[in-house]
Amino acid sequence: MHMPCQSCKKQPATVHLTEISPDGEKSERHYCEKCAVDEGYATKAPSTMPVNEILSGLVIQKAAIQQLADLACPKCKLTFVEFRNAGLLGCPCDYDAFEKALLPLIERAHEGASHHMGKVPRRIATPRPVETDLVRLRTELNQAVTDEQYEKAARIRDQIRILEER
Amino acid sequence: MIIDDIAGHPGEWLRGNGPLCDIVISSRIRLARNVLGFPFLTRASDAQKAELAATIRRHIDAEATAGDWAYLEMARVEEIDQQVLVERHLISRQHADARGSRGVSISRDESVSIMVNEEDHLRIQVLRSGLQLDEIWDDINRIDDRLEERLDYAFHPRYGYLTACPTNVGTGIRVSVMLHLPALKLTGEIEKVFRAAKDMRLAVRGLFGEGTEATGDFFQISNQVTLGRTEAEIINDFKHQVIPRIIDFENRARKALVQERANALDDRIWRSYGALRHARTISSEETMLHLSHLRMGIHLGRIKLVDMKTVNDLFLLSQPGHLQRLYGAKLSGEQRSAARADLIRKHFEACSSSA
Repeated sequence: MHMPCQSCKKQPATVHLTEISPDGEKSERHYCEKCAVDEGYATKAPSTMPVNEILSGLVIQKAAIQQLADLACPKCKLTFVEFRNAGLLGCPCDYDAFEKALLPLIERAHEGASHHMGKVPRRIATPRPVETDLVRLRTELNQAVTDEQYEKAARIRDQIRILEER
Repeated sequence: MIIDDIAGHPGEWLRGNGPLCDIVISSRIRLARNVLGFPFLTRASDAQKAELAATIRRHIDAEATAGDWAYLEMARVEEIDQQVLVERHLISRQHADARGSRGVSISRDESVSIMVNEEDHLRIQVLRSGLQLDEIWDDINRIDDRLEERLDYAFHPRYGYLTACPTNVGTGIRVSVMLHLPALKLTGEIEKVFRAAKDMRLAVRGLFGEGTEATGDFFQISNQVTLGRTEAEIINDFKHQVIPRIIDFENRARKALVQERANALDDRIWRSYGALRHARTISSEETMLHLSHLRMGIHLGRIKLVDMKTVNDLFLLSQPGHLQRLYGAKLSGEQRSAARADLIRKHFEACSSSA
């Protein structure tokens, strides 16, 4: 039943890689653990994961959520909880005031995108520096690949390409 | 007043003469914009709303050619007239029902409407008959540029145009195409369109937009993703991918109906004709269903007793707001159904006597 490793063809494949080419073509590779390390696709995992570290990580996350709920915009005084209940923001500053909490929502609503690519008002004094966007997007691309979020990675790659073509 | 002007004839989007109009009823693009220095509307005081409305109106009026535009203060528009505007897609239902200082600026040909103080400070909309997205984009982009020379928009270097709801942020664009898909509905294949649309992150709504169910044979398809893509990419997706595929699908279903179930198809069309021609009382929903069958029958050449203009006119004139305005009085549901049947019969009689 097990798919054999495509390199040694003996051991069952336990490492599955999906690569997305620049044309959006998906290709898959399947290795056993040893061959994956040999091919440079994996590093040996530590044998034990300290349980208390995982737990404290969870606690920290919960505390962070509580902090987000207490966030309030200094300008319009809207709290993040009020926004979550009504679905509408109070003023343009909320996008910065709630950035941490808002960004995941924005990404979810827009297929992983977090940067405007369209029209820019002609009267904006300084045009958006493309370089800073590119740096940020490339960092996000690396993170997405590390997190094995390949569809997100493909979208970020498309955004980078649009910027580079400008 | 402008409503006297417009209520007697069909709106731009129902003129039924645009490209691919046998299936594409109308196309529309709207842009959401907010003015820098003001809170969004949920946080705006009455005084701020009034100031916003006055400021925006001043700039729209300064850009508009006198006589070709009308600005309506919603508080001064009577309920039936508000409904007429909703039925003509010139304002949203929410805009009609909201409180506080708000308005709409409408071009004489009704192709442009700018809602002031809806969910965002400005909701600019351009609407045309048939599939005309490029033309609409040229129009709306020019209007947006001209307003932007006068108003400072809330714009963020990373997120683009800032909107009250983060689902509109970025381009603030919504592209909507209204489709007439009776054959896919009859064959039950419409479900496939729904599923494909969902996979492509597109919303499917009914004839009257947000909050209306996709019932009957009319479906409005719109984008949901507004960030991370250019306006041109979003529009081109509709123009080259989404709409041609659905049109092809509907055409194939129509062809199959004609070839394999001609008798059943004609039966539907002629029963619908009979119902509309002779009914003494009829609901809005039933009217839409029968008009839809006739619309398809005319396009397929299965019926010639009514013309397309009559059908298109009736789509709008049989709506509750238009009907009551025509009769010059508020009517109960029962009265409306009788008045609607009368109106339809008169239009059909005029049609057959001229044929």
